[in-house]
Amino acid sequence: MIAVSSLTLSRGERVLFRDLSFTVAPSEAVALTGANGAGKTSLLRAVAGFIRPDAGEVTFGDTDPAEARARGLHLLGHLDGLKGGRTARAELAFQAEWLGAEPGGVERAVEALTLKPLLDLEVRKLSAGQRRRVALARLLAAPRPIWLLDEPLSPLDARWRAGVGAMMQAHLDGGGSIIAAVHDPLPVAAKALDLGGAA
Amino acid sequence: MSALGILFRRELSLAWGGGGGPLLACGFMLCLTAILPLAAGADAAILAPVAPGMAWLALALASLLSLEKLFERDFEDGALDLLSTASVPLEGVFVVKATAQWLATGLPLALTAPVAAIALGQPADLALLTAVAAAIGGLGFAFTGALGAALALGAKRGGLLIAVVVLPLFIPPVVFGAGALVRAAQDLSPVPALALLGAYVLFACAISPVAGAAAIRNTQG
Repeated sequence: MIAVSSLTLSRGERVLFRDLSFTVAPSEAVALTGANGAGKTSLLRAVAGFIRPDAGEVTFGDTDPAEARARGLHLLGHLDGLKGGRTARAELAFQAEWLGAEPGGVERAVEALTLKPLLDLEVRKLSAGQRRRVALARLLAAPRPIWLLDEPLSPLDARWRAGVGAMMQAHLDGGGSIIAAVHDPLPVAAKALDLGGAA
Repeated sequence: MSALGILFRRELSLAWGGGGGPLLACGFMLCLTAILPLAAGADAAILAPVAPGMAWLALALASLLSLEKLFERDFEDGALDLLSTASVPLEGVFVVKATAQWLATGLPLALTAPVAAIALGQPADLALLTAVAAAIGGLGFAFTGALGAALALGAKRGGLLIAVVVLPLFIPPVVFGAGALVRAAQDLSPVPALALLGAYVLFACAISPVAGAAAIRNTQG
């Protein structure tokens, strides 16, 4: 359960939004929309605790926010967080273990995202869509209830948009929550939250 | 393996992978050493007294080389967000990164330092002391350097900024480290100077993780 209450965020002098409140229940997805610069990424980063809001707060049910952010949440930004000079295998193994993957988690993620042919390639040799799939693998390898996704589908082809849609649906069915910033509709049923035009 | 252990392994592999950064730093240090006789004259009577100081100056400058990438590459590719959403606090990430920096770059430089000092005319029997003092000082360089790297995070031309921020902080270890060698060359005990060097390093190790983590959080916000 994520509750955002009367959140006001600004970047520099510019106020992105004021008094924004919404909740995300378990098994619920929220599709964040809005013009470029409307504050979608900033809102995700505020939920993840990277940006201190001007007013309002984000709570995670009864869980202490610091604890929820350390163990209960995945943030997948529009950067993939992968090192170009290392193999996909090394990067995935690091990310999964760093986030506290369960045994067998990496294998499951490799299976689900058909990453096997990519594992021995250097990340810099992968296409944007392939890199995104490697980055998404950590969501499966180290299961956490909250997914914050920043345009997760943009580099993916039609087949993998459907594939990641199924992955999201499975996460929701398992009681997880998703907040995703998107320009196209999410492939799963989602509550819409429009941040409007650029402030 | 614990999360800290796996981060440590990754940092070492990043430092050594892709171009052998630490060897580059050692080569830079030897180049600086080779330039001094050309600039100041090859007279042993001139060079020998400044050998310890010059070796420490070269050590301090060479320690700066790979600092720019320490946090910047994780910041640029988004991995810093990943490092911040784990059960390990950022202070822990800072300590692991600075320690890996010391192991990957500081220790090879500490082994190069006696070579540089002896080439400039320092007595060969001080080689071990030179390496030990350089290894202790290198730990301080790594932690204060990592603090500089955290402060310069996201700045354009961060490498230059790091040098300007960090070099003043490198003065105490250079003074104490070179002082230990000068005392030893005069048959005095180097221990007081080494103790001061150690005190500085402990101070740096205690303060910089807290300050560095705060600087990183500030950049992420």
